[in-house]
Amino acid sequence: MSRTEFMQGNVACAEGALAAGCRFFGGYPITPSTEIAETMARRLPKVGGVFISMEDELGSIAAVIGAAWTGARAMTATSGPGFSLMMENIGYAAMTETPCVIVNIQRGGPSTGQPTRASQGDMLQCRFGSHGDYSTIALSPSSVQEMFDLTAKAFNLADRFRVPTFLMADEIIGHMRERMTIPDKVEIAGRPPLPEARLPFEAGEDGVPGFAPFGSGRAIHVTGLTHDERGYPDTTDPEAHERLVRRLVAKVESARREIADYEVVNPDARVVFVTYGAPSRTVQQVIHDHPDEGIGHLRLRVVWPFPEFALAEFPDARVFLMPELNMGQISREVERHVGQPVVPIPKLGGDLHTPADLLRALEAYL
Amino acid sequence: MSRAEWLREDRLPHIYCSGCGNGTVINCTLAAVDEVGWRRDETVFISGIGCSSRAPGYINTDSLHTTHGRALAFATGVKLARPDLKVVVFTGDGDLAAIGGNHFIHACRRNVDMTVVCMNNQIYGMTGGQGSPTTPPGAISTTTPYGASEPAFDLADLAIAAGANYVARWTSYHVTELTKAIATGLQTPGLAFIEVRTQCPTNYGRSNRLREVSDMIEYLRSHAMLVQKYNRLIAEGKPIPEGTFTIGELVRRNRPAMGVQP
Repeated sequence: MSRTEFMQGNVACAEGALAAGCRFFGGYPITPSTEIAETMARRLPKVGGVFISMEDELGSIAAVIGAAWTGARAMTATSGPGFSLMMENIGYAAMTETPCVIVNIQRGGPSTGQPTRASQGDMLQCRFGSHGDYSTIALSPSSVQEMFDLTAKAFNLADRFRVPTFLMADEIIGHMRERMTIPDKVEIAGRPPLPEARLPFEAGEDGVPGFAPFGSGRAIHVTGLTHDERGYPDTTDPEAHERLVRRLVAKVESARREIADYEVVNPDARVVFVTYGAPSRTVQQVIHDHPDEGIGHLRLRVVWPFPEFALAEFPDARVFLMPELNMGQISREVERHVGQPVVPIPKLGGDLHTPADLLRALEAYL
Repeated sequence: MSRAEWLREDRLPHIYCSGCGNGTVINCTLAAVDEVGWRRDETVFISGIGCSSRAPGYINTDSLHTTHGRALAFATGVKLARPDLKVVVFTGDGDLAAIGGNHFIHACRRNVDMTVVCMNNQIYGMTGGQGSPTTPPGAISTTTPYGASEPAFDLADLAIAAGANYVARWTSYHVTELTKAIATGLQTPGLAFIEVRTQCPTNYGRSNRLREVSDMIEYLRSHAMLVQKYNRLIAEGKPIPEGTFTIGELVRRNRPAMGVQP
């Protein structure tokens, strides 16, 4: 039976992972994500899973990828500098098509920055942070309920597309306590298996190869080098490299509509807020306090791959307003998809925008 | 099972230079794995980056060729998630002792149940012969053109200090002893570390007056000293010839281990 609880966002994230069948967590303590590791340390052994505190974040993501290749649903959680340290192996996970979930409870940067304050400063890093071309999936929760729901969903997306999948939360959502409901059961899609007749990295029409875990007798060679469909290194053939990298990008980008997850409020609006994560809450407050069909809201639960078609849900929009806890990282992405003006409303320092901040911006355009 | 079944013959020819010692180490490892009766479908070879780390790509099992220095962290994930799988890590001196040093000491401390075979050729071979943390003082490399000025790491000492259950050191000359040591390592619960001093004629020998492969192997043979003899000479106050390194079983113990199949 489903049950309703009053829970912290980071704890809800861990519970969502457990409900989705996550049975391996490798991590390293870092504020403000640590409660996720602590919850996993307490809960995983009781469900037959493995928790390990690794020597650093490079080791954490490495252990997670290793565990994922045994077939386990595996996860790590980090923040700020820890996320930067994971970048090389995130590229390895993308190149080797390893399904895994990486949670980032974003804090203020650059560098050590503001360990205890919220930020959305890593939204481009999660898309472009490792070297080379690749695509990944990034979800952005804006409530404790979504910390649970989207973490569980991240495992399904990671398995379905065989990509490292990010839960890009922030300190506010991670440390907030709210009422939330743990459902009876969470849908677990699982990894499509590697058909007997297929080579290990030979994809079907959707560009995603089936998965055969270690120990299943397929003798799969996994390498971060450019490889052919057998998994064998082929590092100098331009065609082999182009074929692989184009597939790694296309398998995610061509599925943008399948992956997309967003909420539309007042589609006839002339002024439209576009948000993801914590700033969504301020916009919801403004719309609650000032009911006006002229004010629209597009709330993204999936930020990457970017669902540009969602912007077309507001055919009368004259302007898009974008409150973000950064200098306008996703505003730039919106800008390249629309003809209307896109106005970034950046907020740095760790506080949310106040309703008054957004009302001031609204007055200029309504 | 015949040894040939462990090899991916469709990947030949391999990338190793003629005279390289790595093939010998791979051969000894496969002989050991075969001897202890492991099956191909339960064995996983894992490596980082470098010449040594290309080895798993030639072996016909599940294998994970990872990022530079991180093989032991990946291997920890594999082994803890599936203790029934048998894990062997191939690494080199640069991979293990420079960029991967932290993972090395922590894997030994945790004593994760796996066997780590380090091909120590005292040089970064893949990138063309730069000085590594095991390049001996005075040796010439492309980044130590006037002779290496830093002290070198003793990898076996490091593994012992950090807590590995089994530590041995041999050379690519001592194939029988090496194969036995690896087989012992495979059967020892906890982390087994086998350092193999091996020749890199292309990038080490050429710059250090050991141009012929046979010169390098002779150098390894003549400078290796059984640990028992070494200890006796020390106890007797006798001098140790310059450049001597110990070989043999250096530690075997039973510290608590992780990832041992119940």
